[in-house]
Amino acid sequence: MTQQLILYPLLLQLLLAILLMFFWKKINTQRIISMLGSLVHLAVSIGVFAYIWNNGTQTVQAGSWEAPFGITFIADTFAITMVLLTSIAGLAVSIFSSGSVIGDRLRFGYFPIFHFLLLGLTGAFLTGDIFNLYVWFEIIIISSFVLITIGGEKAQLEGAVKYFTLNFLASMIFLTAIAVLYGLTGSLNMADLANKVAAVENRALVEITAILFLIGFGIKSAVFPLYFWLPASYHTPPSAVSAIFGGLLTKVGVYALIRVFTLIFVGDAFLDQILLVLAIFTLFSGALGALVQNNIRKVFSYLIICHIGYMIIGLGMFTEVAIAGAIFYLVHDILVKTNLFMISGLIYRIKGSNSMRALGGFYANYPKLSLLMFIPLFSLVGIPPLSGFWPKISLITASFETGSYWSLAAIIFASFITLVVIAKLWAEVFWKDAQEIPVKPKFRYYHKIKNIKRIQIVVPIVFLSMVTLYVGFGAEHIQTLATRISSELMNNQQYIDAVLNTQISE
Amino acid sequence: MEILLAIIIGILYAAGIYMMLRRSLVKLIIGIILLGNGANLLIFLLGRITEGAPPIIPEESKVFLEAYADPVPQALILTAIVISFGLQSFAIILVKRAHKVVKTDDLDEMNATDEDS
Repeated sequence: MTQQLILYPLLLQLLLAILLMFFWKKINTQRIISMLGSLVHLAVSIGVFAYIWNNGTQTVQAGSWEAPFGITFIADTFAITMVLLTSIAGLAVSIFSSGSVIGDRLRFGYFPIFHFLLLGLTGAFLTGDIFNLYVWFEIIIISSFVLITIGGEKAQLEGAVKYFTLNFLASMIFLTAIAVLYGLTGSLNMADLANKVAAVENRALVEITAILFLIGFGIKSAVFPLYFWLPASYHTPPSAVSAIFGGLLTKVGVYALIRVFTLIFVGDAFLDQILLVLAIFTLFSGALGALVQNNIRKVFSYLIICHIGYMIIGLGMFTEVAIAGAIFYLVHDILVKTNLFMISGLIYRIKGSNSMRALGGFYANYPKLSLLMFIPLFSLVGIPPLSGFWPKISLITASFETGSYWSLAAIIFASFITLVVIAKLWAEVFWKDAQEIPVKPKFRYYHKIKNIKRIQIVVPIVFLSMVTLYVGFGAEHIQTLATRISSELMNNQQYIDAVLNTQISE
Repeated sequence: MEILLAIIIGILYAAGIYMMLRRSLVKLIIGIILLGNGANLLIFLLGRITEGAPPIIPEESKVFLEAYADPVPQALILTAIVISFGLQSFAIILVKRAHKVVKTDDLDEMNATDEDS
């Protein structure tokens, strides 16, 4: 039973998605199944995480085909941490969707598709096969296309066309890279590739393949200069959808980048240099973009781009300290970004607008909610002791150690601009006097909806804020986790041995 | 054969990306289809083309006696074709809906999401 333990989070999501399809029009049943299922999923993920933490990396060979011939599933600490974060964010967004997404959207299969998306994410984190990773990516993007278009408003469809085109292009580039890699090595298993790519003599071709992977994952994770689809589309769907997109979809690209560049294409000074330059520009352009926006959700969209830079910069410096910083940032960012988009949804539900100019007086009218929103907003800035502060210590230490002072400047500049952006948002939305907003007659305002819905909207924000506070105040634990992940990533022989040297027992 | 395929793949990629860069929505779909097929052919080519040697073990022996065609790329292409077929059909429906709602097929006029709101 324990052999297939790591597949349980995956299978549970699949089961949920299929089960939900049987209740297609019964949206209340769907709400309950989704929330309970996500709760069970969180419990299972915690269980599997504890098992991996105590017993080390686990692998499953699908159909007992020995690696490298079959499809491998592998859960090292990095993968299982991402699965755990997925189920935390999944639970929060599932509850939030129950309260905030209108019935018309739920009747068109919102919840089944939502769980298919989580299935794709879980699969992408757990797989040890590069083509299988492509397939999980396709499951993710097809589900995300449906989620982004469900409802069919004008802005949504326009955003979806851009989102679709660029994500399709990214997938095709990724597929091309896999094809070239297969042509070079004749293998698809990532651990096997790690051995075989190192032995390939034609280094120029290896480098080109690495660049293809970089572009493919770069579009998905929205690094400079490939991010333009993100601010054009992330603010168009309902906030619940933006929350799961902002929290997890770009991060799966970052996960794939970190995985591929610490396992398969290792120690190439040229590639690290490219990653650093891209990261610095990502930090600058994301921060400056956020500065000029007026719509709250667009501000958050640009901040996603900006903060992707922190993770890529950690990967680019490629020391154990730097990667630990990047991993810590990844943990912090998933929780905070999911929460921020849910907050923008709550603000929209209360005021009927997301424009900073039109909003105001939030603190005077809703002091408790404002204090709640203070936590993720200022965690994002990284005011000590909140969670965004700790990974920056590692990143700044690493940039001194490697002597890359441009990275240092970019990290500090982007933190400063983030502070300015959040301070501006706080002043406009919370402190400014309340403005006259024309009342929409058909809009279901926060004070008009049922109590249960209000609870479903606020509880996930409280939940994620508490987790964020834990990441901030219990930073020691997360730092231990990040250090362990980064030492596992830097010594990739352990991963390779775990896949290739396992005896299959019946 | 390899050279011919390589040229075709190059043309498919170039034409696909060119069509995706055009402003018309219909040309966008054509671009997606061309690019998808180009990628499939590339996998086929890079799996090495072996003529007339299917990976089937003759009845009287237990192992392969001669070089055989690699079956893995065929499985990969099959998967990729199915996926890109799904994506293409989604794209067609999406473009149809977008055309109906936005009332234009010019991508340059789809700029409502970039407006300040």
